[in-house]
Amino acid sequence: MEKRDFHVIAETGIHARPATLLVQSASKFNSDVQLTYKDKSVNLKSIMGVMSLGVGQNADVTISADGDDEADAIAALEDTMKKEGLSE
Amino acid sequence: MTSTLKGIAASDGIAIAKAYMLVDPDLSFDKKTITDVDAESARLEKALDASKAELKLIKEKAAENLGDEEAEVFEAHLTILSDPELIGNIEDKIKNDKVNAEQATKEVTDNFITMFESMTDNAYMQERAADIRDVTKRVMSHLLGVDLPNPALIDSEVVIVAHDLTPSDTAQLDRRYVKGFITDIGGRTSHSAIMSRTLEIPAIVGSEKATSSAKAGDMLIIDGLEGDAIIDPSDDQVKEYQQKAADFKAQKAEWDKLKDEKTVSKDGVHFDLAANIGTPDDLQGVIDNGGEAVGLFRSEFLYMNASELPTEDEQFEAYKKAVEGMNGKQVVVRTMDIGGDKELPYLPLPEEMNPFLGYRAIRISLDRTDLFRTQLRALLRASAFGKLAIMFPMIATVAEFKKARAIYDDERQKMVDAGEKVGDIQVGMMMEIPAAAIIADKLAKYVDFFSIGTNDLIQYSFAADRGNEKVSYLYQPYNPSLLRLIKRTIDASHAEGKWTGMCGEMAGDQTAVPILMGLGLDEFSMSATSILKTRSLMKKLDTNDMKKLAERAVTDAETNDDVIKMVNEAVGK
Repeated sequence: MEKRDFHVIAETGIHARPATLLVQSASKFNSDVQLTYKDKSVNLKSIMGVMSLGVGQNADVTISADGDDEADAIAALEDTMKKEGLSE
Repeated sequence: MTSTLKGIAASDGIAIAKAYMLVDPDLSFDKKTITDVDAESARLEKALDASKAELKLIKEKAAENLGDEEAEVFEAHLTILSDPELIGNIEDKIKNDKVNAEQATKEVTDNFITMFESMTDNAYMQERAADIRDVTKRVMSHLLGVDLPNPALIDSEVVIVAHDLTPSDTAQLDRRYVKGFITDIGGRTSHSAIMSRTLEIPAIVGSEKATSSAKAGDMLIIDGLEGDAIIDPSDDQVKEYQQKAADFKAQKAEWDKLKDEKTVSKDGVHFDLAANIGTPDDLQGVIDNGGEAVGLFRSEFLYMNASELPTEDEQFEAYKKAVEGMNGKQVVVRTMDIGGDKELPYLPLPEEMNPFLGYRAIRISLDRTDLFRTQLRALLRASAFGKLAIMFPMIATVAEFKKARAIYDDERQKMVDAGEKVGDIQVGMMMEIPAAAIIADKLAKYVDFFSIGTNDLIQYSFAADRGNEKVSYLYQPYNPSLLRLIKRTIDASHAEGKWTGMCGEMAGDQTAVPILMGLGLDEFSMSATSILKTRSLMKKLDTNDMKKLAERAVTDAETNDDVIKMVNEAVGK
């Protein structure tokens, strides 16, 4: 399993458009991808799940991937997080 | 069996086609305890698959007939149907709680809907709640085995029968196939009625029992000229209305010849016939119908069709497109008229007991000057590209107008100082509050023009909610009390060398037009489709006769009906 921690800097947190893009990005991989915030984990391939976490600015979150393409998944998601200005 | 319906004529023309019932089916169900979890899960999966297949088809059709933008919403629905969290939760509920698929679906989706709806500061999430609700309806219909109407899939000529039509319903209608529509509720100024005139589709609203009288597939005649509908007509009736449709077409062709003419009365007095528009896309209709100006450009669409406040640049582009499209003819833009019946998800306003008497329009603009200044800057920039005028909605007092004007003057000065190009802009106000009409002589000193908004002026004068059918008898546009307010406004503007227009439904009303000519109204702004008809009428009328008629209507008449009678006698109806 691959894991990476992120500090969310976006003013509105993980919401709306960036959330959709994260989900789309995660859905491209076979691995099971989870987003964890405040000890609660949701399926990062689910927009409903991601948005129900209510991740705001300055939140510390963890993305983990488990599967045959876990390393690629984490790399791609890190890329999306940065490109969308969610994290540094 | 033949039966007839009577409603309010909302949009001219005749339609003869089969009824399409745009009515939500009964999706109620009983909560059940199940024993066979696998069978119930299979039922759910089948309903999901059927829903997906249906949505894919609708999406394709919508993209083909209506454009990619309308199709996008169905893509969002498909995403929801594939959401592992949502579907997983429903499956778990069937497994763990041993409830039927309907109950599990309802409980899980209700949870998400409540959660998203509670995020009142986030318009995007609130829209997702609406999406989930729509998707749930579709899945339910498949679970229960009932048909859901899919207006996007219509592919033959129909007349739409609905309780009411919402903006999202109308967005899905394909004009090639939708020949007309009839609704149970609504009046001449309801959304559905205004939409029908913009789309130029014959329509009847407020028929009360269209949805309970007509059945899917019934032959239906819609007479949008008189407000009559016939269900399952006889052959003779069909022939009669085919003739009427042909006559109307011929009449329209006759009017079309007036397209490039000026609007002049029999004795040579010129009036401006302008159009009301909601978006720059409506300009084509104005030009096609020979409009001499845009008398009302409602700027709300910029705010309503968005998930966040429109930026200065977005607004500038829209205003620029409008003035450029009118090619030197004047475009009067009304500043933000939000509140009342128009709510914005991203600008939450406190719930009010009386929204029409509450925090709306200029009252918001004067409070939230940041929004107001952004809009004014966009307008000032656009004024360099054509002939633009600005008016403020819902002005009640002289102080309000002066305050709004001072903010405008301030923004204008800033732009001039910065060396930006700004055109000559007339700054006026909507006359829609009786208190303002009564003090019009004072207001006239500060404005460049008045524009009478009759829909609100009538509702405020008679203290009658325009959406309430029970008090619709108080919608009395010809009542001498209202005519006196109008006369007062026009006279006050002329005394100061200013002009008065009218941008409510009344400006294109064939009974009101003769009186308004007599009262000296300068500009008539109406639905584009009413322009040629009105121009044709005005050509036949002599302003001296109309002055006498108006005088009698204002001083001698006691009631709305008295005035109608006077007009009919004078114009010879």
